[in-house]
Amino acid sequence: MNALVVVPTTTWYLMLSAVLFVLGTVGVLVRRNPLIMFMCIELMLNAVNLSFVALGRQIDSIDGQAIVFFVLVVAAAEVVVGLGIIVSIMRRRNEVTVDDLAELKG
Amino acid sequence: MIDFAWLLPAFPLVGALILILVGRRLGEPGAGWLASLMTIASFAVTVGVYFDLLSRPAEERHEVITLFSWIPVGSLTIDAALLIDPLSVTMALFITGIGALIHLYAIGYMHGDPKFSRFFIYLNLFVFSMLMLVLGENLLVTFLGWEGVGACSYFLISFWHTRNSAAVAGKKAFVTNRIGDFGVMTAMFLAFSTIGSVSYDAINEAAHSGTMAQVTSTAIALLLFVGAMGKSAQLPLYLWLPDAMEGPTPVSALIHAATMVTSGVFLMTRMSPVLHAANEWAPMTIAIVGAATALFAATIAVAQNDIKKVLAYSTVSQLGYMFLAVGSGAYVAAIFHMVTHAFFKALLFLGSGSVIHGMHHEQDMRKMGALRALMPVTAFTFIIGWLAIAGVPPFAGFWSKDEILLYVYANNRALYAIGLVTALLTAYYMTRQVIMVFFGEAKWQDHSAEHGAHGDFKPHESPGIMLFPLVVLAVLSTIGGAMQLPFSKNLHFLEHWLAPVVEEAEAHISDTWAYNNKYLLMGVAIIVAAAGIALAITVYSRRKLPAIEPRVLEQAWFYDAAAAKIVGGPGYKAFEGVAWADAHVVDGAVNGTATLVRTSATALRKSQGGFVRAYAAIIALGSIAVLAWFVFRGIVG
Repeated sequence: MNALVVVPTTTWYLMLSAVLFVLGTVGVLVRRNPLIMFMCIELMLNAVNLSFVALGRQIDSIDGQAIVFFVLVVAAAEVVVGLGIIVSIMRRRNEVTVDDLAELKG
Repeated sequence: MIDFAWLLPAFPLVGALILILVGRRLGEPGAGWLASLMTIASFAVTVGVYFDLLSRPAEERHEVITLFSWIPVGSLTIDAALLIDPLSVTMALFITGIGALIHLYAIGYMHGDPKFSRFFIYLNLFVFSMLMLVLGENLLVTFLGWEGVGACSYFLISFWHTRNSAAVAGKKAFVTNRIGDFGVMTAMFLAFSTIGSVSYDAINEAAHSGTMAQVTSTAIALLLFVGAMGKSAQLPLYLWLPDAMEGPTPVSALIHAATMVTSGVFLMTRMSPVLHAANEWAPMTIAIVGAATALFAATIAVAQNDIKKVLAYSTVSQLGYMFLAVGSGAYVAAIFHMVTHAFFKALLFLGSGSVIHGMHHEQDMRKMGALRALMPVTAFTFIIGWLAIAGVPPFAGFWSKDEILLYVYANNRALYAIGLVTALLTAYYMTRQVIMVFFGEAKWQDHSAEHGAHGDFKPHESPGIMLFPLVVLAVLSTIGGAMQLPFSKNLHFLEHWLAPVVEEAEAHISDTWAYNNKYLLMGVAIIVAAAGIALAITVYSRRKLPAIEPRVLEQAWFYDAAAAKIVGGPGYKAFEGVAWADAHVVDGAVNGTATLVRTSATALRKSQGGFVRAYAAIIALGSIAVLAWFVFRGIVG
């Protein structure tokens, strides 16, 4: 019975974090809908948050969690600006993919 | 009274500003009267300051009046300040005094000119600048005035700018003076970089105490002399002064005879401790240049036929005399001659202006003659001016010239000989001028047709407002010598008055042979002057000897033509080369930088494809690369 008790170690959390991060990265690279890309970036941010908390717990420090709050606040601000831009673009065009938004190319 | 010294330059400045605003409305003669009143007021203040200064003991005759802090930058502090001492007050007295007389004269002379009020703007502005030049407490304030008088001189030479020769003459004066200004500026920079100040007191104190290296004081003295060469028309930069006669005659009298052209002599006197501390060959250079200019210009004056050109070359020659004095350590004599020269040369110029006015703008002396009956006052005063410049006692010029020759003899006999020859030539050409204009046969009838509009042409005497300054200046030219009589130490008024400023650098000659035999030298000077006059009478009045007026002298030794050829030929080529280098090397560097940026930017901008996911991929790859570098560095290290 004891053998079945699995205690998750820090490594597990870090691996989960890595998986989430890669998912987010691939999402940003392959998807063309700006909203989805945006959500993928959020995923990457939260993957990092997870590793912060896990490592903070391992070295028994509150700093990891404190930094996470900063990240959340910055992410919230970023969402406000980013979503605002995306919504206003959406209003002007019917269907939007980021590949079409290339007016400022060199 | 001394606290009101700022009023000195303020009056003419205010006058100029009022004339700029409402000069046209004041018109003629209101504008002229306003300008004259401002100069007279300035003269009145100067007289007040003079008596205030005189009432003090000699060692307290030195007052700095700070108007405001002009340039306070780090260790450089320059005040807009006036220095009131015997030298500056002497200068201010004759600048405002003679200036006021010439303003009055100009009211008559400029009668009917369409730009009447503008003429007086420039004249008042000139008096302001000249006062700043002599009253300045440091080199920068003086330089402000120095440039101001240069600009006014330019405006006034080209006053009748529709005449091409006047426009060209103005340009020539401006450009030539620029060479001299370069010297003054460099001297100023040198003074600041070595002793950290441009104030006269600080510079002279450093020269006096020896904290300034001898090589520095030599350099400063010679650089200032370069400036003096330009402003005071010495060889090789005298070229502009004869051409400056294109300006109206009151301008020639005020700027190009009495005041502005003496500012070089003033500057050398102001900095006399530096000149004293300089290497011996520095004052010697100044004396040699002065003597060479005096002789050179006197020979040219012998063959000129334009009434004003004779006086112009004579001015160059007399300025050479002053520099000869400065170089010989005779600062008092230089200032003495400057003042008496201002009296009699202003008188001669105004007299010639009166003749030109009466002759309906005829300046060729060959077309004059026998004018003394028609213009009695002009003739009488001009003759007094002639006696003064020729060195006939007891007129003013005799005493000052004699004083200079005395010091020069004690310094160097070769230079004394040059001075004597110059004195002989001066007496000769001035007598020639007087005979050609006022005596002999009347030749103006032959040319009456040229003055068509007047039908029956007859020269006339000038109006009273032009004659009044002539009479005053004639009186001054007669008695001006009383400032400094050689008979007894008690009669050296000017020397005692200027002593606080120049006594350190002044040459001491009381033990020399020259000083003990000064009456002999005086006799020689009188004989030389008499010989010059007699010679000219023999040649031009009795016609016993043929007149010697070779073309080489009439054309000023072809110096002007040679300079024009050099500047116009190789000089022009050199300047074109500089212009080419500017267009291709300097501009090329600037344009090359711009082209480089544009080309590389064009190449770089291809990477901005507008494909957002490609950017993301590059960021991702970049992050991986950086991470990899950190990781592998750890492993390798």
